[in-house]
Amino acid sequence: MALILNGDAELWAIVLLSLKVSIFAVLIAALIGMPVGAALAVARFPGRRAMIVLMNALMGFPPVVVGLLVYLMLSRSGPLGVLELLYTPTAMIIAQVVLVTPIVAALTRQVIEMLAEEYSEQLRSLGVSRLASVPVLLWDARLALITALLAGFGRAIAEVGAVIIVGGNINHVTRVMTTTIALETSKGNLALALALGAILIGIAIAVNAMVSAVSLRAEQEGLRHA
Amino acid sequence: MIRNFLRAALLSLGLAAPAFAEEPFIVVQSTTSTQNSGLLDYILPGFEAETGIDVRVVAVGTGQAIRNAVNGDGDVLLVHAKQAEDQFVADGWGVERFDVMYNDFVLVGPKSDPAKVKGGADIVAALTAVAEAEAPFASRGDDSGTHKAEMRHWTAAEVDPTAASGAWYRETGSGMGATLNVASGMDAYVLTDRATWQSFGNRGNLEVMVEGDPRLFNQYGVILVNPDKHPRVRAAAGQRFIDWLTGPDGQAAIASYKLDGQQLFFPNASGS
Amino acid sequence: MRDMLCDTASSLFVRNLRVVRNGKALLNVSRLSLDGPGPTLILGPNGAGKSLLLRCLHGLIEPDQGRVEQDGTPLTDRHKAQQAMVFQQPVLLRRSVAANLDFVLKRQGLPRGARKLRIESLLAEGGLEGKARQPARSLSGGEAQRLAILRALALDPETLFLDEPTSALDPNATQMIERMILRASSRGVRIVMVTHDIGQARRLAADIVMMQGGHVVEHGLAKQVLNAPQSDAARRYLAGGLVT
Repeated sequence: MALILNGDAELWAIVLLSLKVSIFAVLIAALIGMPVGAALAVARFPGRRAMIVLMNALMGFPPVVVGLLVYLMLSRSGPLGVLELLYTPTAMIIAQVVLVTPIVAALTRQVIEMLAEEYSEQLRSLGVSRLASVPVLLWDARLALITALLAGFGRAIAEVGAVIIVGGNINHVTRVMTTTIALETSKGNLALALALGAILIGIAIAVNAMVSAVSLRAEQEGLRHA
Repeated sequence: MIRNFLRAALLSLGLAAPAFAEEPFIVVQSTTSTQNSGLLDYILPGFEAETGIDVRVVAVGTGQAIRNAVNGDGDVLLVHAKQAEDQFVADGWGVERFDVMYNDFVLVGPKSDPAKVKGGADIVAALTAVAEAEAPFASRGDDSGTHKAEMRHWTAAEVDPTAASGAWYRETGSGMGATLNVASGMDAYVLTDRATWQSFGNRGNLEVMVEGDPRLFNQYGVILVNPDKHPRVRAAAGQRFIDWLTGPDGQAAIASYKLDGQQLFFPNASGS
Repeated sequence: MRDMLCDTASSLFVRNLRVVRNGKALLNVSRLSLDGPGPTLILGPNGAGKSLLLRCLHGLIEPDQGRVEQDGTPLTDRHKAQQAMVFQQPVLLRRSVAANLDFVLKRQGLPRGARKLRIESLLAEGGLEGKARQPARSLSGGEAQRLAILRALALDPETLFLDEPTSALDPNATQMIERMILRASSRGVRIVMVTHDIGQARRLAADIVMMQGGHVVEHGLAKQVLNAPQSDAARRYLAGGLVT
């Protein structure tokens, strides 16, 4: 409890870094995952099925493996070692982007494909081409997509295996909530680990409350998909 | 050029090592024992204040620390497995190895002491007794310095505990703290460095069974990662850290670190 | 007699149209002119191929054989841009009522101010004043279908296709929609509408196309087809008998 009592500033810096890393990661994952998911929902090309299967499989990719792969890329003896990104928050963001993008892309595809089915004839009747329909669909699915992003955020902020490998759990630099929990558990400081866990659960509850509020609003506005 | 572009792109996002970009730093690959015991948190501010060099510690098992250093992902290696460290230098990955300090290992076990080893000072005899009693024993099983030391003692006792793996011999494949948590949970014997044990908060029924055997001596060494192998190693700053750690200031700092009134590490750099 | 009816500016004509699925001809229309003096209603039982014909006319389905011609040439994208369609289930964008109209007006390149005025007049036309900012998907069934019709009219179409637009609505809502359709027709919009409701055909149609089993069984002026059907199939359908 010493850390919570004496070092509030330190504790909140850790919480803040966790939020910063995961929010950035989710935003980048959204920029990549949403167009990819929407393209897979709307476009028809050979290999599309295989890509969808691959994407769905990547959703369950073990974080430790992602961490290892990102480590091998960013290591000084790896192809991107020259960037000197290992053991920085950027490295953690990269790992989380790799983890979250498949989730965002897969959920986006599901949502957009369902909506596209409903809209297809109407949009064609209005002369909207397949490509031009993508932004229309993304906008109209916005609430469902926010839910997808929150799901991705939940995975990112709760994840420890990947960020501890590529971040190194360096005090004041790359120490986030989950790696602190791992460290304090290994020190046998179960009380502190649990206190941090409580904060993490609080964030998870807040995120889920937002998901539920968004769905409620969707229902009220008739934005829910059939 | 591509690198500059990427850096600029990342910097514009405010992501590339935010707030630390201008501050010199080194990455030290070290072991969980130095971090979990609180030693590094205690001594590093002194070095950082004196030199302005930020020391970023990645605390993993000795085996993984050495592998990370081989990959060049660190400037300084601070671990405790002399044989492996000498090999690391001999293979050209490190410049030179210096003794820094030592602490010792202790065998801890449940108060009930099913193998009747409490109070002994012979680690080999104690392990033999544990094996004969088939009393639960938790091992790191992760190729760390502590794990290597434990395996040396089993060899001396002429016991192959891995034959009983999954039975009375439990390999956690985790760090010292996690392994202590397991031992505490299942009332098992476990070999641990004294520093981690001293600062460990979840002891349950565990207490020290065997200590004081000269074979339980645990030497720490420090090595600069070879800049000839990895040109990006921050050699000057890294060397400065090594000089400080093995010099009078660092050695004094190590000696003055106490937990619950007990000194955990004993400086023994040859220069001091 | 048909020539007499050809008073619209352009002609819409079906030639040897065939749609085959799983080896079965779902639609088989050799010749059909859709240039009646007022609304043309396509009447017939479920599965007669009415909706399929409508989709072919609008270019949503490519026929396996034959074609739809406008002004003597096969249907082009330019022709399709002058058509609009309202579906049985209104497909409204998940946006406000006004944004649903703005969506098509924007696509036509109308400037902001003009769009605003147009949206106001359209909402008045459909009796949806005051609902501009309401989410479109929260409208009642009748309001939703009225909005769908307004959105189609916002395109200034030469031809408006309607696929059973009132089949799920109560008499009151149906009446409002029928009035909108008649007003559009009187402004010169060619109306081609599918229904299975004989009463609706009686109220709206100038021209009736009777379909059954993928074929056109009878085509003529509404009065003539409804009062003195020539074919057995039409007679049986109008008598409310079972048509197989």
